Amino acid sequence: MGTVISVDGLRKTYAQTVAVDDVTFSVESGEIFGLLGPNGAGKTTTVECVQGLRRADGGDIRVLGLDPATESRELRRRIGSQLQESALPDRIRVWEALELFTTLAPGAAHWPTLMEQWGLVEKREATFGSLSGGQQQRLFVALALVNEPEVVFLDEMTTGLDPAARRVAWDLIREIRERGTTVVLVTHLMDEAEALCDRVAIVDGGRIVDLDTPQGLIGRHAGHVEVRFSADLGDVGWLERIDGVERVSRRGAQVEVAGRGPVLALVASALVERGVVPDDLRVERSTLEDVFLALTAGAG
Amino acid sequence: MRALARTTWVELKLFRREPLTVAVTLGLPLVLLFVLGGVFGNTPDPEVYRGVGPMDYYVPAYIGLVIASLGIVGLPAHLSAYRERGVIRRFRASSVPMWAVIGAQVLVTVVVAIIGSALLIAVAAATYDIRFPSSIPLVVAGFVLSGLSFSAIGVFLGSVFPTSRAAQGAGLMLWFVMMILGGAGPPPEVLTEGMRAVGDATPVRHVILLLQDAWLGFGWNWNETLIVTAFLAGAVLLTVLLTRGRLGAER
Repeated sequence: MGTVISVDGLRKTYAQTVAVDDVTFSVESGEIFGLLGPNGAGKTTTVECVQGLRRADGGDIRVLGLDPATESRELRRRIGSQLQESALPDRIRVWEALELFTTLAPGAAHWPTLMEQWGLVEKREATFGSLSGGQQQRLFVALALVNEPEVVFLDEMTTGLDPAARRVAWDLIREIRERGTTVVLVTHLMDEAEALCDRVAIVDGGRIVDLDTPQGLIGRHAGHVEVRFSADLGDVGWLERIDGVERVSRRGAQVEVAGRGPVLALVASALVERGVVPDDLRVERSTLEDVFLALTAGAG
Repeated sequence: MRALARTTWVELKLFRREPLTVAVTLGLPLVLLFVLGGVFGNTPDPEVYRGVGPMDYYVPAYIGLVIASLGIVGLPAHLSAYRERGVIRRFRASSVPMWAVIGAQVLVTVVVAIIGSALLIAVAAATYDIRFPSSIPLVVAGFVLSGLSFSAIGVFLGSVFPTSRAAQGAGLMLWFVMMILGGAGPPPEVLTEGMRAVGDATPVRHVILLLQDAWLGFGWNWNETLIVTAFLAGAVLLTVLLTRGRLGAER
């Protein structure tokens, strides 16, 4: 199937503040779709309206063909949610939470399997309040998956995790997708969006400022490439004539070539052609972070 | 129904793991009843205690106090903590219906009140020659009505207090006022008129009178039935009006 979520002209206001202003996007089946933006950009409000947890003030939302405002019961059965700023009772045990949420979801997954997949077996008897931030997040994701959802919403799921735990979480998110579940990922972490998402919507000030694949965004807004190597070249004028090269600088044997587009491949082949084969040829590309800074610079 | 049963079972286990609530709602009334029994014994005095023995007076009064403790201290603190920390959001997002969350609280209140009452009766009967209910059906009816009324008051307080700390603090203060002036402290006959007026304004006073009348053979008190039912209806109405049925889950 094709589109699983379509949002058209979504608008949500709190008192005088416009949190989400005319947001339009769609999510295709089986992709990891990212909403990336700074805190307070309107990401959480957007996904909460999409999940039927908040009522939008305007616009049209369809999730799996359902209207979240009026068909939220049916929708909840088919989606999974890992919410930001939510908790379980402090004294509930890990297995009790999993069992409770499983028995309440019709056609639910086998919770001991989920407990194992998400590395919670050792914490089976631990109370929610005694878990570390990372363990709580893993439990939330496991709970979001108990009803074997078709779409799962993960809101800032790696916040509070140490770098190693984040990598583990990323692998698990990829695994969720491998099983055919569509993932909507809300994050303010650029590297996370770049590593995981098939497509990313950059949200700022309640609006989507651009939407594309991470590579597409980088190419469009910050396709800057720097190629560095060391070689005893003498004259470097010929490097400047390569397509896309904007600037060449040299300090001793260190050469730096800056430009746009497929500069690395062109520089490398030109070097080989002249019999120069540096063994430290490396490239630094722009990241989503540069895109983000470029897109939101004017707003701040 | 399955959702309600599962949620109630988990909530009962959670209640057992909450030491402060267990102490205040089950332990404290027991201790107080014992102290009062030690001081006043159970010999009737026509001047005070509605003319019955002090222990005969206090047993139904303390059953009322256990119910009130759950509704004033336990439930509001529990529910406002749920709201404050996002537990209700979590439940809602996982299709746990709101009515099951509230229903579980009411059932826990009733079940724990039954346990607390059984403890009080057992201890009092083991140490004093107390009177047993003159009409068990009337006592049960009074108990159920009182339990529902204080559950509703608890849900109301739980949905208006901004934080669980506020709920716990205010709940304990209310509890002491209710305990001392509402009929579970000194005999109402020795209180000043002003104190009695304050006591009469507390719902626990009316729950105690309803239970005592049924217990001591004064018959079914329709006047108190009306007042306790009014507290129940008022609390439900206010909760629905203030939360518009959403109990603070959506901002």
